[in-house]
Amino acid sequence: MAEPTSAAANRPEGAERLSEDRRDAMRGEPPFVEAPSEDTRLVRSLKEAAITAGLVAVLTIFFFAFRTDIAVGGLQLSLDPMLWITWVAVAFAARFALSYFVFAGERPTVAGWKKVAASTRGWPVGKVFGVVLLLVALTLPILLSVFLPSQNRYLLDLAILILTYVMLGWGLNIVVGLAGLLDLGYVAFYAVGAYSFALLATNFDLGFWVCLPMAGLFAAMWGIVLGFPVLRLRGDYLAIVTLAFGEIIRIVLLNWYEFTGGPNGILGIPKPTLFGLEFSRGEGSFSDFFGLEYSTIQRFVFLYYIILALALLTNFVTMRMRKLPVGRAWEALREDEIACRSLGINTVNVKLTAFATGAMFGGFAGSFFATRQGFISPESFTFIESAIILAIVVLGGLGSQLGVVIASVVMIGGIELLRNLTGLQAIFGAGFDPTQYRMLIFGLAMVLIMVWKPRGLVSTRSPSAVYKEKKVIGADLVAQGEGH
Amino acid sequence: MEYFLQQLINGVTLGSIYGLIAIGYTMVYGIIGMINFAHGEIFMIGSFIALTVFLALAAIGITFLPLVLLLMVIVAMLCTAGWGWTIERVAYRPLRGSFRLAPLITAIGMSIFLQNFVQVTQGARVKPLPPQIQGGITLMDSPSGIVVQISWMQIIIIAMTVALMTAFSLVISKTSLGRQQRACEQDRKMASLLGVNVDRTISLTFVMGAALAAVAGMMYLLYYGVIDFYIGFIAGVKAFTAAVLGGIGSLPGAMLGGLSIGLIETFWSGYFSVEYKDVAAFSILAIVLIFMPSGLLGRPEVEKV
Repeated sequence: MAEPTSAAANRPEGAERLSEDRRDAMRGEPPFVEAPSEDTRLVRSLKEAAITAGLVAVLTIFFFAFRTDIAVGGLQLSLDPMLWITWVAVAFAARFALSYFVFAGERPTVAGWKKVAASTRGWPVGKVFGVVLLLVALTLPILLSVFLPSQNRYLLDLAILILTYVMLGWGLNIVVGLAGLLDLGYVAFYAVGAYSFALLATNFDLGFWVCLPMAGLFAAMWGIVLGFPVLRLRGDYLAIVTLAFGEIIRIVLLNWYEFTGGPNGILGIPKPTLFGLEFSRGEGSFSDFFGLEYSTIQRFVFLYYIILALALLTNFVTMRMRKLPVGRAWEALREDEIACRSLGINTVNVKLTAFATGAMFGGFAGSFFATRQGFISPESFTFIESAIILAIVVLGGLGSQLGVVIASVVMIGGIELLRNLTGLQAIFGAGFDPTQYRMLIFGLAMVLIMVWKPRGLVSTRSPSAVYKEKKVIGADLVAQGEGH
Repeated sequence: MEYFLQQLINGVTLGSIYGLIAIGYTMVYGIIGMINFAHGEIFMIGSFIALTVFLALAAIGITFLPLVLLLMVIVAMLCTAGWGWTIERVAYRPLRGSFRLAPLITAIGMSIFLQNFVQVTQGARVKPLPPQIQGGITLMDSPSGIVVQISWMQIIIIAMTVALMTAFSLVISKTSLGRQQRACEQDRKMASLLGVNVDRTISLTFVMGAALAAVAGMMYLLYYGVIDFYIGFIAGVKAFTAAVLGGIGSLPGAMLGGLSIGLIETFWSGYFSVEYKDVAAFSILAIVLIFMPSGLLGRPEVEKV
């Protein structure tokens, strides 16, 4: 006990200590750490747990212990101190367990002295994983009908939803991940695509396949129209203006009754057809033509393959464009805009192409959304959608195509699974409704994943331009794009 | 003319509330350069705490209004400041020095979490509170029948905002805490080498911003009389717009931006259409930024090579 105290007494404090640690690190020595003594660990953990519990108690007293409800003659306050005490106890226990068991052996590291370039040249895990995912995606309807026929329809619907987000994520990845422009209003283009298809289809009796390219073009056009005035803005200014544009489009859709139907939305959007064959009962339908027995699942399988094809198209175009001059310019722009300009790249045009390409895929996804739902209203295009898409891109790993897939499956699929956790009612009582907590857990998961892996779930990137050999580099070596 | 004056008063009141929230955005942005998306939710939490305190006091028989208001403000500020501190500690501090989009995503996550937390614990329905402070001063009584009136509530809101703004500017410009904050804003590494506790300073910035948002939340509750778990988003986006419009990072800019947004909204709803008031506010923001890319009072960024 005597030795550490004398050493600790000579330790400098504050910034001096920091610089000393850094000097140690430069020499390759581990930073000086006082050995945590065993007997104080319990006391320290208890202390930390008490502080946490106290904080939780203060923060949540007005939310757990009291509840306001509308009653006859105004608001009524009801008390539920047991709920509050339970949660404070849970916080105490959780923090104690963390302090005692998890943080116990933690040694502080010197920030900024970590190996960032984790280059792996061996087994291409990402590639293999991607191929496996693709095969699973291609055969999913068959796999489902063989292994899980009872939940076939539900799971297929979920897969369609996930793929829609994958596609949106890939579209936004062009803007944020490749060109480094922070776009908080991506949902605007999704809305433009959905509404252009819905309006064209209901007013001019056009089918899905005719409208799909038109919806994409409209969205791309809007991308250029909105992008042109704002692209000289920098970083967060660009973010807020794109957010503003997203809101403007939603408000206009909500209030322009004669054109968009206002809050009632647009009903009766036609379903897609396969070379003119409808997915319905009776004469001239898909099942009639092929002599199959009619089943609603056929339409779901068809929708699934449409969105899979659209998503793969997005991926394919992105991967190809990364190899074209314009794609390289996007990535160069993300790394260093001034260098780009001095090399003669027209940054406005490059940014506009990124914006328009991303918007176009958003438009495709939007028209798919409209045809799948058969009904759209401004409700579906709120800021939270933009936030979820951006979250998928960042959580997956900016600029990583595989990351978007993983993040979509984890976030959208994982949250959807909560619906089925009715078994939890045994623990929390019969009144427990897991769907209520979906978004709560979604938000919490966003925070936890980001704190755990700040560069996204996929932490390596493969540069599109290579010198001699292909290499995978650490995500920390890729610029995040300051949006300027 | 009378109508104009009345709208002006309403606009200034609304602008004051936006300004108070905008300060929280602008200070956090100034010091760590991130958009604290959860700030709107802090405002919402502040108004819920104020409501609960009000009802609890009424339940135990304290109805003397000035005392009730004082207790509401104090409890709401303290408790909301605690939320601000906790959010910073849990969601932003672990990501300090990480890349720029990471704290933005945790902020959005926190915002979703807080909204749903309040929805789950307090219910999704709106909470109406009957007006507590009634009456006002009639400034002008024209023969045409239009009365220009400033209500006591509006006076309280404007006076409170002016007082808090003054106190705040003094804290930033005169105290050692303010000096530390300005030092961190300029160069965090250098400030830490010179003995400024950067983590503590940033935490205090969040605490101060949250306390101001709590006041704004309480004002909102008393002025509009209706709150729900969703008010934070709209108010937050507007206040952030205000902060950007005024030039993010600048305190007077936040106040000016808040007033501008409040006035634009009120006049637009008064003279044109209520539905498109948000469109007007956002369009003005876009136009201002196109011509003055760093906002009204912001310092232009220097491009370094």
